[in-house]
Amino acid sequence: MTASSPTTPLLAIRGLRAAYGKIEALKGVDLEVGAGEIVALIGANGAGKSTLMMTVFGRPRARAGKIEYDGQDITDVPTHEIARLRIAQSPEGRRIFPRMSVAENLQMGADATDSSEADRASGLERIFTLFPRLKERMAQRGGTLSGGEQQMLAIGRALMSRPRLLMLDEPSLGLAPLIARQIFDAIRTLNRQDGLTVLIVEQNANHALKLAHRGYVMVNGLITLSGTGSELLQRPEIRAAYLEGGRRG
Amino acid sequence: MSANPAAAMQTSRAPGVAFILKKALISALVALVLFSLMIGVRTEAGSDGQLTYWTRFGDLAMMVATVFGGSIVVELLRQWWGPVGTVRIVPPQVTSALSLAGRLVAPVLLIFTFLVPVIFYNERYILDLGILVLTYVMLGWGLNVVVGLAGLLDLGYVAFYAVGAYSYALLAQSGIPYPHVSMVPPFVHVDFLQLGPWAFWVLLPVSGILAAFWGVLLGFPVLRLRGDYLAIVTLAFGEIIRLVLLNWQSVTGGPNGVSGIPRPTMFGIPLSPGDDGLAFKLGIEFSPTHRIVFLFYLILALALLTNWVTIRLRRLPIGRAWEALREDEVACRALGINTTTTKLTAFATGAMFGGLAGAFFATRQGFISPESFTFHESALVLAIVVLGGMGSQLGVALAALAMIGGFELFRGLDQYRMLVFGMAMVLLMIWRPRGLIGHRAPTVFLERNQAISSDLVKEGHG
Repeated sequence: MTASSPTTPLLAIRGLRAAYGKIEALKGVDLEVGAGEIVALIGANGAGKSTLMMTVFGRPRARAGKIEYDGQDITDVPTHEIARLRIAQSPEGRRIFPRMSVAENLQMGADATDSSEADRASGLERIFTLFPRLKERMAQRGGTLSGGEQQMLAIGRALMSRPRLLMLDEPSLGLAPLIARQIFDAIRTLNRQDGLTVLIVEQNANHALKLAHRGYVMVNGLITLSGTGSELLQRPEIRAAYLEGGRRG
Repeated sequence: MSANPAAAMQTSRAPGVAFILKKALISALVALVLFSLMIGVRTEAGSDGQLTYWTRFGDLAMMVATVFGGSIVVELLRQWWGPVGTVRIVPPQVTSALSLAGRLVAPVLLIFTFLVPVIFYNERYILDLGILVLTYVMLGWGLNVVVGLAGLLDLGYVAFYAVGAYSYALLAQSGIPYPHVSMVPPFVHVDFLQLGPWAFWVLLPVSGILAAFWGVLLGFPVLRLRGDYLAIVTLAFGEIIRLVLLNWQSVTGGPNGVSGIPRPTMFGIPLSPGDDGLAFKLGIEFSPTHRIVFLFYLILALALLTNWVTIRLRRLPIGRAWEALREDEVACRALGINTTTTKLTAFATGAMFGGLAGAFFATRQGFISPESFTFHESALVLAIVVLGGMGSQLGVALAALAMIGGFELFRGLDQYRMLVFGMAMVLLMIWRPRGLIGHRAPTVFLERNQAISSDLVKEGHG
C-alpha cells in the first residue's frame, strides 16, 4: 500500500519550542506526519533535527507548543510511556547495548511494550527477513558488529515494539553507500508492506528525499521549506545547500 | 590459508616454539647481566673496614633459570589469551580439556562447599573461615546486582549490611513493636511481640525488607547521578549510616554496640546443650560444633538463594533492563524503559541481600558494633565484585575465596601481607582487565545454547 497526501496526521507538531538551558533549539516548529507516510526531515548540523525527535519523546520537554499523536496530546506524557503508544525511536549514533548479545538487544525493544511470546517471535521473524545478517549474529555481542549491522540492529530493536510510527535519526551516518542503500531499502519495504509510518532525520538529503513521500527542511530551529520529496529535490536552494553545495562553493 | 587446519597447526608450531625460546633466552640474558653484580657478587665491609666479597653463583644460576622458565610461562599464557590471529602452540586437546575443566569449576566447587563441614568437622578454624568466605560471597553477589548488572557504582554497600545487622539485633532484643489501643490515657500504647526461639526466622526477612527500604531511600536522591558522582554520594551514605549508629546511643548503644544477640535456632529448636536443645532431641551428644556447622549451611543457603534469585532475574525483563541501563541510559529511555523504577529496584534488590547477610552476621557474632561496618568493608566487597569480573556469578565467588581465603593464607607474612595482596591485584588487573571471569553469559537463546568464544567478544576497551 502506498499512502499519498496526509489525510489523518498520525503525528502533528504545532508551534513546538524546546531549549537546552538558554539555548533555544526549536523556535516554533510545525510538522505533520500522515499515517502510512515516509517523511524526511533534512537540515544542516545543529539545525535542531535530533532535538525535534527527542522532544517528541519528552527529553528535552517542550517549552511551548503541542505534540499530538493519533489525536491524543502527548506533549507531557512521561518518556517511558511514549514507547507504549507504539512510537519507536532509533536514536542518533545507534546506541545499541554493546555488551549484550544481539538477541538480548532485540528483546529489549519488546520489553517495555508488554509483548507476548508470540509477538516477540513474529517480530523476530520480520526482522530476519529484512536483515538476514542479524540472524547469523544472534549470539554475538552487539559491540562486535560492524557499523551497518549495528544500524540494522538499532532499527530491528525499535521494530520489536511493533510500532505504528518509527522515528529514525540519521540511519545512514558513517555507513558505506552500499550498506546505506540496504538500510533505505529496508525502510521502504517496511513502509510499503507493513504500512509503517516513518519519520526520518537525515543529512544525506538526496537519499532521504528520494525515499520520502514528503520532506521538511529545517534551518536554525525553524522549518523553512516543505513539500513532496521530488519537489524538494528540484528546488535550486536545496540543490545548492544540501546536494551540490560543495561543488558550487 | 591451508585447507587442513591440523596441518597448519603443525607447520606453524615450530616457529612459535623457536620464538618463545628466543624471547626467554633474551630475558634470561638480561637477568644474568643485571643480577651478576646484584646477586652474583656480594660485598660487605669487613671487620677492619676493608672490603670483603664472596660469590653466590648458585643463587645467580637459580635466578636466571627462574626468569627463563617464567618468561616461557608468561609467553604461553599470553598466547593463550591473545587475539585470534596469534599462533597457538598449546595443542587443541589441552584447550578442550581446559574448557571442560572450566565448565566443571562451578559444580565441583559447589559440591566441595557442601562437603566442607563433613571433611573438616573437627577443624573449627576452617569452618569459621568457610563461613566468613561465604558471607563475602553473598555480599559480593548482592553488590553484583547493583554494580555488575545495573552498573551503578556503590561505595556504601556496607550501610545495608549494617541496617540488616542492627535491624535483627535490636528487634530480636526488644521484640516487634505494635500499637495497642486502650481506654486509659494515652490510649495508644506500643507493645512488643516477643519472638522467642523463632526470632531469627521472623526477623531475617524483616531485616531484608528494611534494608531494601533503605536502598530505595538512597536510590531516590541519586537517580540522576552516574559514575564518580554516584560513587561519592553512596560513599557518604555509608558513612552517614555508620555515624548514626555510632552516635544514637539510646537506641544503638553507640560505640559499645549491641551484645547478647539471640543465636539462630533450627526452625525453633535451639542448638543448646539443654533438654530442649537439638542434640538432646536427636539423642546425640551435644557439641558446640553443631552450631558452627548449622551456621555454615545457613549462610550457604542464603548465598545460594542470592545467586538463584539473581540468575532468575537476569532472564526476566527487569534483569535485562538493569544490564541495558548499565550499557546505555539514553537508549533505554528511547525504548520505553522506566529508568527510575529500574534503578530503584536494582538498589532495593542489592540492599535486600546485603540486609540478609547483615542479619546473619549479627546472629553469628552475637555482638555487633559500628566498627564492623567501616568503609573498608564496602571497599573489600567492591574489590571482590570488580576482581571477579563484573556481572559474573562464578567470578565473584572465586574472587571472594581468593580475597578472604588468600588474606588468611598470607597471615604468616605479617605486614607484607598487604604488599603481596596489592601486587596480586595489580597483576590480575593487567592480565585480566575485566576480572577473573570477564565473559558475560547471554540470557536469551535462539534455538540452542551457543557459547560465545571469548575470541569473538574482545572489544579493546576493557
